[in-house]
Amino acid sequence: MGSCFRRNDGGSPNCRTKTRLPVFIQRVNFFPEKTIIRERDVAELKRESGLSKALNAAWVRPFLFLLFIVVMWDLTIRLFQIPAYQIPAPGDVVAVLRTDWPELLRQAWPTTYATICGFLLSAVFGIPVAMLIAGSKTVESYIYPLLVFSQSVPKIAIAPLFVVWFGFGIIPKVISAFLLGFFPVVVSAVQGFKSVDPDMVDLARAMQGSRFRVFCAVNLPHAMPAIFSGLKVSITLAVVGAVVGEFVGSNSGIGYVMQRSIGTFDLPTMFAALVILALLGVVLFWVVDRIERLVIPWHVSQRDDMIFAS
Amino acid sequence: MNPATKPTEIDQPGAHLRLVSDRAGGAASGITLSGVSKTYRSRDGDVPSLRPLDFHINEGEFFVVVGPSGCGKSTLLKMISGLLAPSTGEILVEGEQVTKPHGNVGIVFQNALLLPWRNILSNVMLPIDMKRLPRDEYLPRAKALLKLVGLEGFEKKLPWQLSGGMQQRASICRALVHDPKIMLMDEPFGALDAMTREKMNVELMRIQRETGKTVLLITHSIPEAVFLADRVLVMTERPGAIAAIYDVPLPRPRSLDAMADPAFTELVQRIRKHFFTQSALD
Repeated sequence: MGSCFRRNDGGSPNCRTKTRLPVFIQRVNFFPEKTIIRERDVAELKRESGLSKALNAAWVRPFLFLLFIVVMWDLTIRLFQIPAYQIPAPGDVVAVLRTDWPELLRQAWPTTYATICGFLLSAVFGIPVAMLIAGSKTVESYIYPLLVFSQSVPKIAIAPLFVVWFGFGIIPKVISAFLLGFFPVVVSAVQGFKSVDPDMVDLARAMQGSRFRVFCAVNLPHAMPAIFSGLKVSITLAVVGAVVGEFVGSNSGIGYVMQRSIGTFDLPTMFAALVILALLGVVLFWVVDRIERLVIPWHVSQRDDMIFAS
Repeated sequence: MNPATKPTEIDQPGAHLRLVSDRAGGAASGITLSGVSKTYRSRDGDVPSLRPLDFHINEGEFFVVVGPSGCGKSTLLKMISGLLAPSTGEILVEGEQVTKPHGNVGIVFQNALLLPWRNILSNVMLPIDMKRLPRDEYLPRAKALLKLVGLEGFEKKLPWQLSGGMQQRASICRALVHDPKIMLMDEPFGALDAMTREKMNVELMRIQRETGKTVLLITHSIPEAVFLADRVLVMTERPGAIAAIYDVPLPRPRSLDAMADPAFTELVQRIRKHFFTQSALD
């Protein structure tokens, strides 16, 4: 059936009778992950409905797998009689999530705030720095090696320093989120700006385009996909940065909740905080992903939608 | 060879075999190169790319340059468009010396180089945006050009939705939209398959005839050069110099049948000999 997943076969089961190419050629697939899933989805949507249709919704499969993991977790705890101060049972975690939900939500707010501020700072500083690095060999030779070097300094080690400098407020968390999120933005954006076809720039310059106009019309849009992949890494790292900032010294935030619950062996609360953190990361990532779809609908990674739409 | 187009031989340093047609051309129109050479500076010292070149391309002429790879053909193209300054000599386009990008050229590269985020029509309009010309005035022209190359109805499509040949047609429209006097083409059909390539050659001749542009086309293919050109410039290996300039004695308009003409095969053979004798000498 593998060869039947071509879109124009109309899902007919005996497609081999009207193949235009030998079967082994039809199976050659240059983008295995993308096309196979897409074409299979199309073929199956046409052929079947009900259960398999429900299974094909993007969120269903990971959700099922998560459910499986939770069940295994619960079974393992019961089977080996692991005490609650080592690993809490999923039921206890859910119970804490339900009873302490308002409190957890209130504590999630400063973390979210620090993450978003740090992330925005890394975008606002990272993209122009990348422009400078990509635009000038001199700037690159001065800045880039230092930037790479600075990455080998563990942020967690210097986070206490920010507490010394800026106290227990929001600023050390923002800085720590910024420091973690900054580097991926710069690296991706530099790569994006540098991968522009020099012929394309020549072409625009030959039309008497000023440096600025050529940059806006060619270089910047070209770098957008790379910038967004950097931003997606950055947003998840910014969450980590904010929590690290809260670990070191704070009296609010999810990091603080985790720190405190570890101190009192209140593991269900600690796990509940973890769940909140994961949710926070996923939601923020999803937001960036949505923005990407709005900004670069033309990019290869977004073309699936266009095929269905057209 | 036809006596009417027999080239006359002129002795000149820097070209070991130079044949120049006695066709007259005014210096105020077309492209004039006098003593133009290019040497790139690199860490290992100077690398000569082009030895001094002298030639003139008439207005409305289809001028084709053939040469082995790395003979500095693309350098020549960049210098004429003003993107690159020659090391010596001067280039005149329409009687004016080229010192910076002058915008009086349309460029077509081997790759169509369409911007993936712009639809076909706004890709064609790119030179208008770059030159800050009034969009409204040139929009009908862009549409007319797309019609001329057979892309009517594809204005709103994105580049990836078009085949390679269609993309290259769109890039030809982009080279023509601001109505430049000169079209520079760097192996424009090198990335296309042989059948599409022949079709595009016929198409290109029609476009050139209908628009009356001066065309400077660079290619590796000798038959393609002879088929398209009014005159063919043969270049030597690196550092590039003029080996010869030939008049093409085929009447216009030409169809693909012109390739069966004895004059065609004779000229192709003659040009091919340049490259064989050269490599035999090495």
